[in-house]
Amino acid sequence: MTTKTMRRVTRAPSRQPPAAPTVHAGPILSVSHARLGYVVDGAPTVAVLDASFEVQQGEKIMLLGPSGCGKSTLLKAVAGFIEPFGGDLRVTGEPVTAPGPDRAVVFQEFDQLFPWRTVRDNLVYPQRVNGRSKAEAGIRADEYLRLMQLEQARDRYPHQLSGGMKQRVAIARALALDPALLLMDEPFGALDAQTRTRLQIELNDVAARTGVTILFVTHSIQEAVFVGHRVVVLSKPPSTVVDVVDVRGLDNPADPAFTEAMQRLRGLLSEDDAATEHASFE
Amino acid sequence: MTETTATVERPTTSTTPTPRRQKRRSWGSLPTIPRRAAIVLGLLAVWQLYVMVSGVSPLLVASPADVGKAVLTGFTEGSLLTSTLTTLKILVTAMLIGILLAAVFTTLATWTKFGEDLLVLLTSMLNPLPSIAVLPLAILWFGLSTTALVVVIANAVIWPISINVSQGFRTANPTVVAVGRNIGLSGWRLVRDVLMPAALPHTISGLKTGWAFGWRTIIAAELVFGVAGSGGGLGYFINDARYFLRTPDVFAGLVTIMAIGIALDLAFSWLERRTVVKWGMKERS
Repeated sequence: MTTKTMRRVTRAPSRQPPAAPTVHAGPILSVSHARLGYVVDGAPTVAVLDASFEVQQGEKIMLLGPSGCGKSTLLKAVAGFIEPFGGDLRVTGEPVTAPGPDRAVVFQEFDQLFPWRTVRDNLVYPQRVNGRSKAEAGIRADEYLRLMQLEQARDRYPHQLSGGMKQRVAIARALALDPALLLMDEPFGALDAQTRTRLQIELNDVAARTGVTILFVTHSIQEAVFVGHRVVVLSKPPSTVVDVVDVRGLDNPADPAFTEAMQRLRGLLSEDDAATEHASFE
Repeated sequence: MTETTATVERPTTSTTPTPRRQKRRSWGSLPTIPRRAAIVLGLLAVWQLYVMVSGVSPLLVASPADVGKAVLTGFTEGSLLTSTLTTLKILVTAMLIGILLAAVFTTLATWTKFGEDLLVLLTSMLNPLPSIAVLPLAILWFGLSTTALVVVIANAVIWPISINVSQGFRTANPTVVAVGRNIGLSGWRLVRDVLMPAALPHTISGLKTGWAFGWRTIIAAELVFGVAGSGGGLGYFINDARYFLRTPDVFAGLVTIMAIGIALDLAFSWLERRTVVKWGMKERS
């Protein structure tokens, strides 16, 4: 880790308590005219030029786009890890200022669990940080371990788990915090195809049972259609929202409508591809 | 064989639990403990045999039996025991001071660019300097006192610890730190509950190196130094025994130094097995 990250440590996190499944009128997340990027050697590089969309309670919104389009950057901004260059990000009406447990994140990296805590402690500890009693945190931890089929692994340490198991623990940990919005940054991107499919099915199942609201970054068209309710398609960087495609109810890859949706998304992505290629020839 | 064997051999014994299956076995298939014990016994036998057969002067080479006796009497009658305690007391004091200062340096280096520059500069200048080289200066400043020793040893331990710990902080897994901030940690709590455990493998290896530096330095300093305050340490004990040609005592001093070294190494491995190895943050060594 760099000293830069270390210094950011001093910033206080937002103190929104992990309230019971949020009852909030209006969108859970509203992104309006967000302009995002990162600073390379002192020069700001814009990844997302102008993005606007809303996420309603209980929705699974997929962010899909070519690599470098800033979909992960957008997610990190919603998580409060980076500051947008411009525009407005609001979660349950509140502007995003710092990281907080109301926007629990599941990362792509397998090493996101605390290696010095057992699986169960990885679930209990974040709840304790947020003021839950030991007993209550324990009960909820067991509940979510069961939900993610992890009872067998509860006393193991993360390094003793497979990649798929680690991601399951990370999802359980995030859910146990009752986030208003669950942020997932290509959580299955580093898994083998079989495990990925199984976890996608599990996630759909768990989301349906808990009613959690999800913002999910992916570069897989199949995943976007299979998991999402709506897909926000971003163009090449500096990106804008090309289209928002409704894929609700499509969870059978054999369904012609599923294939159709995939083709439509592929079309939207390659259209953009052609456009940029054309632009570069001029 | 006597106590000598016992002290040297115990450390090697407790390392590995050994599942056993009996049948005709080669040397390599034997469990670790008997294998190492056999080597120690063999070496002692060769040593004893050499002393008995060659007719070497006992003033030059003491037999293992005599050394064992010297260790035993040294610890029961007290001179060796007092020396050992004196040395350990100085070492512990100096290490505590060194750890405290290392903590200050590391904190500064982690939070400010200036602190980082300072630490890098100081370590690159002072770490390559054999710490015993500072002794004459320490004597000039603090006289022939325990303070001079403590200063020299503290200087020997600060730098390896600081380097390692600050490296541990800087290389802490950014994803885990991000998770820490995500679940609502900041400031001191983030340091205590995420950065410190994440840096533990480095911290332990820093302490290991620091202790090894300190241990070597204090023995050397005592050899040069002679009496410190009321009684001398182990280095002084060895030098004094040489002066009066009590060769078994010279050997007894060396054996004690080795035994303490091995014991501390084992303590560190135990600590590692209970923490960073168990957590998969470090390979079993």
